[in-house]
Amino acid sequence: MSAQKPVLHVDSLVVEYGGRAAFRAVDGVSFDIAAGEVLALVGESGCGKSSTARAVIGMEKPRSGEVLYRDRPVQPLGMRTRPAELTAIQMVFQDPNSSLNPRIRVAQQIAEGSRAARARGVDTEAPSHWLKAVGLSPTLENRYPYQLSGGQRQRVAIARALAAKPDLIVADEPISALDASAQASVAGMMRELCVASGAAMLFISHDLSVVRLMADRVAVMYRGRIVESGATPVVWANPVHPYTEALLDAIPHPDGEGVLPAAPASEAPSSWRTDIPEALDRVR
Amino acid sequence: MSAALAIRDLRVELGQGKRNRTEVVKGISLDLVPGRIQGLAGESGSGKSMTAMAILGLLPAGGTASGSIVLGGAGKAEVELVGMTGGAYRRVRGKRIGMVFQDPSASLHPQITVGSQLADGMRAHLGLSRADARTRAAELLALVRVPNPEEALQKYPHQFSGGQRQRIAIAIALACEPEVLLADEPTTALDVTVQAGILHLLRDLATERDLAVLLVTHDLGVMSAIADEVAVMRGGQIVESGSRQQVFQNPQHPYTRELLEAMPDAQDSLVDAPAESGPALGAPAPDADAADTEENR
Repeated sequence: MSAQKPVLHVDSLVVEYGGRAAFRAVDGVSFDIAAGEVLALVGESGCGKSSTARAVIGMEKPRSGEVLYRDRPVQPLGMRTRPAELTAIQMVFQDPNSSLNPRIRVAQQIAEGSRAARARGVDTEAPSHWLKAVGLSPTLENRYPYQLSGGQRQRVAIARALAAKPDLIVADEPISALDASAQASVAGMMRELCVASGAAMLFISHDLSVVRLMADRVAVMYRGRIVESGATPVVWANPVHPYTEALLDAIPHPDGEGVLPAAPASEAPSSWRTDIPEALDRVR
Repeated sequence: MSAALAIRDLRVELGQGKRNRTEVVKGISLDLVPGRIQGLAGESGSGKSMTAMAILGLLPAGGTASGSIVLGGAGKAEVELVGMTGGAYRRVRGKRIGMVFQDPSASLHPQITVGSQLADGMRAHLGLSRADARTRAAELLALVRVPNPEEALQKYPHQFSGGQRQRIAIAIALACEPEVLLADEPTTALDVTVQAGILHLLRDLATERDLAVLLVTHDLGVMSAIADEVAVMRGGQIVESGSRQQVFQNPQHPYTRELLEAMPDAQDSLVDAPAESGPALGAPAPDADAADTEENR
């Protein structure tokens, strides 16, 4: 699709849980992400977006399909230390309470990211620089995570990922634990830092209104499949798939008009399951 | 006053012992009116949830409330809730005040059938017989639009989706025909399409059953969809209050404006150009403009 090779190439990814009669969480998902590009994977709980993210970073072994980072397959995470070159893939999780080490001060948490960068022979800045980059005061360096608010903790987790000078950032619902008033600004900050450093980002969210602001392209997932994808402004302005339409119509807008968002007739109309080829890879 | 619940100069202090006490609600006044939804907005730590907990008499250990919370101004028996304790409070809570919280899985008992959970409150508070409580339980499930109510009575909470569980939690809250319903982030844990259905339900219930609803949420979109009146809390105080239209369309306090401007709706997309390597993006700029004008009116 481009002269440049994509940073991440995912082809016909299938993830299943359980043995016989396995549950297929991801059912043939394909996408590419280029350097400096943000792809948002959007969908409701249980649609397979987190399973896709976990397969991309090697936390989940795909049943079939391919995940290539810079043309090489991503090895499943094991007990051993990751090969240094794969630390260029960094992850931000939803809950900073479980991703930060409670016994380590903020500066050291971020320094762990810096170490990963140096191990690959890449220069990185001091923790105070990264704190400023995510909108925190460098005076927080000596705090422990419990001394920070939830929003500050998530920013520290983002700073740690950035300090590793990633080439690919996989962020699984990084903003949903934040106050509504902070979500858009943190998502915007993540985009700017990612674009500035030329990294690729897979941004996973259930919130299309935030995704509209910061993703170049969006892929809407439903029941393990991508039902609609394409340039974000195009999909936002003119959805083709009934599920995308329902998602957009259900967003309540803070305009003070007292308009109830459209609710689907049943919790999951059957039309949501249909594959519509022209809803994929939309550019117009 | 025709308020179903009148809050006057409510103060809530938290903390153990005489020192180290912090005032988290600093003298707020609110009226909950039958048939109306009063929104209480604010960020985490603003004191909005503690206000709801003070009404329910469910403050954390060491927490104290002062001021006045009078239930039943609108023709019902009047009681002062501040200072009430134990058994007296239990006769109010669940009977005259219903409550719905963010996480329906946490408010439903996993090992008790939905039918029994619905019937328990009615048998305790209303003294209904087993058979009567059961009939009413099925009616309540129909009221909150749970499909096949008779069958649903036999099931356990885990057999329902998150949205259906929240509907069941609402049915339980309504079982004893309360005058007031407190809903603390009732849709925050739900998917947006499921949330839309719950918002319709809450709006209809308030209007049709003349319920006075307090809706606590940080989501201004949800607030704008169903609240009639809105109060914005910050640092334990109400900084602005008024009708939904006033607060959203002509906010007076800088903090309200700040909150509204932080919402994604109020912001321009950072995605100005299509990905340079993308396949011939026909006319992305006009599309982006169309999206802006349509959604940001």
